[in-house]
Amino acid sequence: MSEAPTLNMADFDPQDLALEDIDVSQRSIWIHDKKMSFFERLRNEAPVHYCKDSEYGPYWSVTRYKDIMEIDCNWQDFSSEPAITIVEPEEDFPLPMFIAMDPPVHDEQRKTVQGSVAPANLKLMEETIRSRTQQVLDDLPIREQFDWVDRVSIELTTQMLATLFDFPFEDRRKLTRWSDVATGDEESGIVESEEARQAKLYECLEYFTRLWHEREEQGERNDLVSMLAQGEATKNMTPQEYLGNLILLIVGGNDTTRNSMTGGVWALNQNPGEYAKLRNNPGVIPNMVSEIIRWQTPLAHMRRIANKDYVLDGQTIKAGDKVIMWYLSGNRDERSIDRPNEFIIDRDKARQHLSFGFGVHRCMGNRLAEMQLRILWEEVQKRFHMIEVIGEPKLVPSNFVHGYTEMQVVLHSH
Amino acid sequence: MDNLVPGIDADCGGECSCATCHVMVNADWTGIVGEPNEAEDSMLDLNPERATNSRLSCQMTVSDNLDGLIVDLPEFQF
Repeated sequence: MSEAPTLNMADFDPQDLALEDIDVSQRSIWIHDKKMSFFERLRNEAPVHYCKDSEYGPYWSVTRYKDIMEIDCNWQDFSSEPAITIVEPEEDFPLPMFIAMDPPVHDEQRKTVQGSVAPANLKLMEETIRSRTQQVLDDLPIREQFDWVDRVSIELTTQMLATLFDFPFEDRRKLTRWSDVATGDEESGIVESEEARQAKLYECLEYFTRLWHEREEQGERNDLVSMLAQGEATKNMTPQEYLGNLILLIVGGNDTTRNSMTGGVWALNQNPGEYAKLRNNPGVIPNMVSEIIRWQTPLAHMRRIANKDYVLDGQTIKAGDKVIMWYLSGNRDERSIDRPNEFIIDRDKARQHLSFGFGVHRCMGNRLAEMQLRILWEEVQKRFHMIEVIGEPKLVPSNFVHGYTEMQVVLHSH
Repeated sequence: MDNLVPGIDADCGGECSCATCHVMVNADWTGIVGEPNEAEDSMLDLNPERATNSRLSCQMTVSDNLDGLIVDLPEFQF
């Protein structure tokens, strides 16, 4: 970082800053929810934008839908190694995981676990997911304020994860904690220090190593731990690589769907006309699910490193440069999406959004996520006239996980 | 894709980058349709339900000699 005092982005209107001074990674604009106006300026005036200095060092921001797609699909020129978020990995604590590897190793490891959330397997899970969703919703109080994030979003996604790992059900909130710790840091208030973070992740590794040993000899089972312990491409992983891939699967299945479960309620509250549409036509739910996932964009970015000099929109990205694809911005790009700032549950081509990424790293749990959200809304609509949000939800202070730590609601029955 | 065939989602809009337009080409047609290209092959490869006659429909160029083409859809899209 430079010696010069850093401008606090949140104190400015983005139009009042020189383009070269804009740093969209800066936490202040995420905490104060001002990032969208900064992204709009970059999309219009500097769609491939270089920030020469930030908390994370220099980086390029790519903010338009089509440009993001071009990079996401080009793994040959843009590497996912050694990490896929803007934060540099800790040198003494590397966490190798297949999302942060390039082909061919990526493909081999991914194929080992892909089957667990592939569509054929989902059909077998649908009834379990539905009955659990019913149970969670039936236990909620009516006309009494509670936190939707904790009681519904976290509970449902954590139960799902426990099932995928065949993880001891009574310990399932450990998964939630490990997920939060994995993407958190001191400044986010989630952990006290980097040491505390690593200690917590070792606890995760220790717990899962026990499960690994139990299952490596148990014959074929279709939980993720057994798949990793028995898969040709993964059975000889180092403990650190096992931990890395666990974190990937835990965060991938947890922080994402959780925040879409909350974000959908928030979006409908801000758009009463859309809520009315939903009440009149529950058949719109599958389309609405895609729109919620676009509108929320639960992971705001992914990062790549250029393998060679590459020209995009007239800018030359140099070999070795860090490139951030801001999915959250691409999903608001008026060049590719009609009225992108509006939440429209019966939108045309709602499936065409960036939230799952594109190319070989595309989200492998996309169909599971859509199914969980579809079932949630089908069951919600059977039970409640409205989920009323009280006040404003609290945001996760992160430029990666775009979500909520708390959202108070009151339920109204039909 | 533009005709919105149910079961062919094509989330990426035809860019060979989501594998949601997966089809299985009828045996009588595989020779005419041909093999997947390299990028298509790597996307198909991620799908556990890939078969020897799998193609991504967005990567097949429509022409007169494909008139009458028969494909099967997978039970679920990727």
